[in-house]
Amino acid sequence: MTWFLGHLPQLGSLLLTHAVLAVIPLLVGLAVALPLGWLAQRYRWLRAPLVAGTGLLYTIPSLALFVLMPLVLGTGILDPINVVIALSVYTVALLVRTVADGLAAVPDEVVQAATAMGVGPARRFFTVELPLAVPVIAAGLRVAAVSNVSVVSVAALLGIAQLGSLFTDGFARDFVDPILVGIVACMVLALTLDVVILSLSRVLTPWTRRGRTA
Amino acid sequence: MINLLGVTKVYPGGTTAVGDLTLAMPTGQTTVLVGPSGCGKTTTLRMINRMIEPTGGRIEIDGVNTADLEPGELRRGIGYVIQGGGLFPHRTVLDNIMTVPLLLGWDRRRAKSVATELMERVGLTASLARRYPNELSGGQQQRVGVARALAADPPVMLMDEPFSAVDPVVREQLQDEFLRLQAELGKTIVFVTHDIDEAIKLGDQVAVLRVGGALAQLAAPAELLADPADDFVADFLGHDRGYRGLGFAAAPALPISAEPVVALGASAEDARRVAAGASWLLVVDDASAPVGWVRPSALSGRVEPSDLHRGGTLARLGGTLRAALDAALSAPSRRGVLVDDDGRLVGTVRAADVLAEIEREPGVRP
Ligand SMILES: Nc1ncnc2c1ncn2[C@@H]1O[C@H](COP(=O)(O)OP(=O)(O)OP(=O)(O)O)[C@@H](O)[C@H]1O
Ligand SMILES: [Mg+2]
Repeated sequence: MTWFLGHLPQLGSLLLTHAVLAVIPLLVGLAVALPLGWLAQRYRWLRAPLVAGTGLLYTIPSLALFVLMPLVLGTGILDPINVVIALSVYTVALLVRTVADGLAAVPDEVVQAATAMGVGPARRFFTVELPLAVPVIAAGLRVAAVSNVSVVSVAALLGIAQLGSLFTDGFARDFVDPILVGIVACMVLALTLDVVILSLSRVLTPWTRRGRTA
Repeated sequence: MINLLGVTKVYPGGTTAVGDLTLAMPTGQTTVLVGPSGCGKTTTLRMINRMIEPTGGRIEIDGVNTADLEPGELRRGIGYVIQGGGLFPHRTVLDNIMTVPLLLGWDRRRAKSVATELMERVGLTASLARRYPNELSGGQQQRVGVARALAADPPVMLMDEPFSAVDPVVREQLQDEFLRLQAELGKTIVFVTHDIDEAIKLGDQVAVLRVGGALAQLAAPAELLADPADDFVADFLGHDRGYRGLGFAAAPALPISAEPVVALGASAEDARRVAAGASWLLVVDDASAPVGWVRPSALSGRVEPSDLHRGGTLARLGGTLRAALDAALSAPSRRGVLVDDDGRLVGTVRAADVLAEIEREPGVRP
């Protein structure tokens, strides 16, 4: 406890970096997964290769990905961009299937009705299909958010400072306090992200809660 | 006028959904496509707005080949009520109805006022405007579907089983409203159903299709009932064709007898005196609208609503032979009650006189 109070400012900055490193890939990953998921849903023959292919990315161990990134991108080993890109890859891996499933769950007659009224494909995607897929996509995002928060800490092994540094630090000094604080901080961050995504999803989908259960 | 000229649709799997269909659908009239499940009704409808491209033949609307039009533009000019509703679950009733006007670039105020007016027209109270579709009953949802299709006032309406998902009572209500609305609007309507009674009730002309999308018969409803082209059409029309056909025959000047009546609340003595020995006596209310029959001999005190036999149907003067005959057959006295347009008693007719009229002019009159 005294350790915790004594290191508050340092903790704050580690938490902030951790949050940024977890959230940016979430947004980037979503932006990439949306068009890929749309393709997988639009062209049936693309679905299997896209979903399986991106899913495969998730099986690459995170440490290996972090170490590989500088080689592929030509960045410095300590550059946080490595972590951002690696986690974006994981987010895409998790979300392509989710987006495709979410779009597939939009009732066919609703899409047909939009088409019949002369709503073009692009407008239809943004005004009908995407809004209706929000609950499913949000569920996938919550999983990805929690996963990102936990994977970011691995980057501490490469010396990129964030909450994971508390684990390496505590381990090196055989001192349990920073490790415990790091775990709690990670959990708080993950829970906060979860609540934020859930709330956003609810704000975006008012119709799901006002229905009668007929 | 919508013209299907040798239209064919063979799906990639090899199914011929529509085979060489030629059909003219006159402007301002309702053409009903009817036939068993899978006979190509939806496919035919969707080829008209090019949601499905024909593999053969062509379709003209007012002489213009639809293949020459941009599909989006064509569709925004055609109202479509989709099988199963297809309302946008994430949009309020009002926003659903405003879809096409907003697509056409109307300003929101105008779109909203038109949508509000349409809600009233199709029998939706204004308080439903801000609800989501899943907060509506089945019948209300169907009405929203119709209002949404009508929103930009398209000259052509395609309706795919719009009233199929509701119970029979609501369905009949929706059908009556459809007829009232169409009498006002005079749209060119293509209406799909698999319910032959609905087809006969709503169609100016009925196209019966057989599986494979071939035209079995195209005729006005009365003609269809009177003269089915073959066994398939006859079977599809079902029973009681003669009786149902009378529903299209206007009852001419039937011999009407004056009917003795008592008012509700009259004494038993008065009722027996007026009846003069007849076993059934007609009772009317203050506005001289018939309310039911009583047995004068069974009366003890005054004529109360609980004494009434209410089995008799009422026929409107100038209505159909079917209504007149049914009024006679359903009345316990076998005297069919005729009323005027305001529901006031005109007199009674006998089944024998209605039958004599049917026999006097052979066949079903148009
Ligand atoms: N996309 C498709 N691909 C292949 N075959 C199809 C397709 N859509 C419809 N069909 C087939 O074409 C035939 C006609 O279908 P359609 O939907 O037009 O029938 P329908 O008369 O509307 O039937 P229902 O009364 O059940 O709605 C059916 O045999 C159906 O299986
Ligand atoms: Mg159909």
